Amino acid sequence: MPKRATITLFIQCLVDTLYPEVGDALVRVFDRLGMALAYPEGQTCCGQPAFNSGYRREAAAIARRFIELFEAAEVIVCPSGSCVAMVRHHYPELFQDDPAMQARAVAIGKRTFEFTQYLVDVLGITDLGAVFPATVTYHDSCHLARILGIRHQPRQLLGQVRGLQLVEMDNADTCCGFGGTFSVNYPEISLALADEKIVQIERSGADTVVGCDVSCLMQIRGRMARQKKTIRVLHIAQVLAAGEKR
Amino acid sequence: MSAVKPLSYSEAAQQGLANPCLQRSLRSLQARYGQGALDVWRQLPDPTLRSRVKARRMQTLEHLDRVLEQLTDNIRARGGQVFFAATAEEANGYVLNVARKHGVERVVKGKSMLSAEIGIDAVLAADGIEVVETDLGEFIVQIAGSTASHIIAPCIHMDRQQIGRLFADRLDIPYSDDPPTLTRAARKALRQKLLTADMGLTGCNLACAETGQITLVSNEGNIRMATTLPKLHVALMGMERIAATLDDQRELLQLLTQGAALQKLSTYVSFVGGPSRAGDPDGPEEFHLVIIDNGRSRILADSEFREVLACIRCGACLNICPVYGRIGGHAYGSPYSGPIGAVVTPLLAGINLHADLCKGETLCGACRDVCPVENDLPRMLAALRHKLAYGDPDWQVRPHNRFEALGFKLWGRIVGSRFLYETLFRIIRALQRPFIGPEGRVGRRLPGLGRGWTEGRDLPPLAATSFKERWRKIHSKNRVDNAGKGARAGQHGE
Repeated sequence: MPKRATITLFIQCLVDTLYPEVGDALVRVFDRLGMALAYPEGQTCCGQPAFNSGYRREAAAIARRFIELFEAAEVIVCPSGSCVAMVRHHYPELFQDDPAMQARAVAIGKRTFEFTQYLVDVLGITDLGAVFPATVTYHDSCHLARILGIRHQPRQLLGQVRGLQLVEMDNADTCCGFGGTFSVNYPEISLALADEKIVQIERSGADTVVGCDVSCLMQIRGRMARQKKTIRVLHIAQVLAAGEKR
Repeated sequence: MSAVKPLSYSEAAQQGLANPCLQRSLRSLQARYGQGALDVWRQLPDPTLRSRVKARRMQTLEHLDRVLEQLTDNIRARGGQVFFAATAEEANGYVLNVARKHGVERVVKGKSMLSAEIGIDAVLAADGIEVVETDLGEFIVQIAGSTASHIIAPCIHMDRQQIGRLFADRLDIPYSDDPPTLTRAARKALRQKLLTADMGLTGCNLACAETGQITLVSNEGNIRMATTLPKLHVALMGMERIAATLDDQRELLQLLTQGAALQKLSTYVSFVGGPSRAGDPDGPEEFHLVIIDNGRSRILADSEFREVLACIRCGACLNICPVYGRIGGHAYGSPYSGPIGAVVTPLLAGINLHADLCKGETLCGACRDVCPVENDLPRMLAALRHKLAYGDPDWQVRPHNRFEALGFKLWGRIVGSRFLYETLFRIIRALQRPFIGPEGRVGRRLPGLGRGWTEGRDLPPLAATSFKERWRKIHSKNRVDNAGKGARAGQHGE
């Protein structure tokens, strides 16, 4: 087998502090594949909340820190489409007036991959030997689908899971209404979008909704919990890590 | 237009959310046209059309002075009159003067967002001139005393029952909610106005410099009548609404009608190049083109926002935006609603004044995908937020929210250090215990910063151990055999 790169994990703040089990699942999947892993312990956040709210000076400082921390990594894998979109597409924008820093940002962006993108597009793996008996519908998160163009990769991975039936909801790529600080600044609008998403999830007949960004999943799960709904909400890594080791 | 005290974005959004008729209408609008436009773009015989047209559009904007001059020369050569208005007031003053000079008593309008932007109706009405909208949707909105809530479908917030009651009341006909019956009633009322009007007042979808014509698209025929029956035709044109050549214009018009209504061609396409002349008797006795700046030069001069002037006002972004699709157009407090309104209204009318429009979107990017000229509206929304964050003297923007700015400064410090970040989360972890319900979540409303989230959603508590702690305690121990290098890097990290 050819030598494969050591994967450096970027476990974004929301997974680190709220959903560490998603990080565990990621590790389980890569362990199963026999991949070498590294985890720089100084990591925190990609800076996206500040960037999306217009605070680019703060975002640039965080971006600089991220680049310094991860610069030695061969490959960076993160379980979030929007954090990867931040690194790949917005970091270079933040350093428009600093060509040297911008070049470093572009270089690190090329080595930064979203979890399912890395599995399917780089490793060429779609069957992880996972077993997960459930009827699953997949939610396309916005930045994953529209900025990174990742739509078929998660579906291919889910399609190979034993016992899993994938059913499409209508408007799978319509925003869940999270939008970062938007969700707390405009809660009525944010909730209306969540409710619309939940209607589509329920109509699909799925018992589980799966996505690649815990921010969307926190929105959908938080709203469904308040409405006492019982549909499970899971990150794709949790599904792919489930079942017997091959 | 009635002078109601404007509601805030959030207040007006809540009204829209609580309006079941609006919700039904927007759902069917978006199901058909938003997705439909995406399908049209996917099936374009020439997949490069949109990017090619966009590039030409930007090139034309680079030479806007030259193409506007060419347009003006061509129209004047045919006996038309052209006036450049720097502001809404100048434009309104000019139109009013033309109306007064000719003793105009009745004006029939073609649908024009720009006319709403400059507020011409009120100016004419204040002079005792009757102003009648002839686009069916605009007519309905006008007699209802309301405003348009969609760029292309002005009365999308009303259903046929409401329109039936409105017509019974205002047009003195028996109640009916049968669309053909209602349309006939409107046609009868409008035909009489069109035949007796002294002035037609229209917008301009797109001018062509090469031929010296303005072009108007419609599906009802009202524009053709409004531009040919009255003795005067005054057209209002945003100064960016121009194509250099007839080929450019043709492609842009195709994108416009496809983006707006999935039509390869609208039912009517009117080319207007000047007044009637000997040997060319069709048309009005006088033709006036009012080319309006009203803040557009400033947008043109700023490379960050110039792109928004490529917009051809097809409304496709409204038909796909999940926020517009829930709250409706009135929430935007401007003739321009939806994603395009959220960008262009602050730029034209004040960024601080319309801060909620800059911040009240999720940046999902659906508008960028559906835009016929590939405008990156989310990028421009983020750029507007950047101006609001720190202020910008060039745009007369003041920092929007000092509390938020301080919050992000503090946040920057905290996430700039793993130690501070962990300390903060340790504190929250200690404080969160009393708020966690039996299901293991924060299931009730929190005060202060947590309120916005917890009003309608449960909040997950911070995990007992962070991923980093788990990495240290569990995962890194398993590394030695297969990832010596990685494990060491992990263990000796910052």
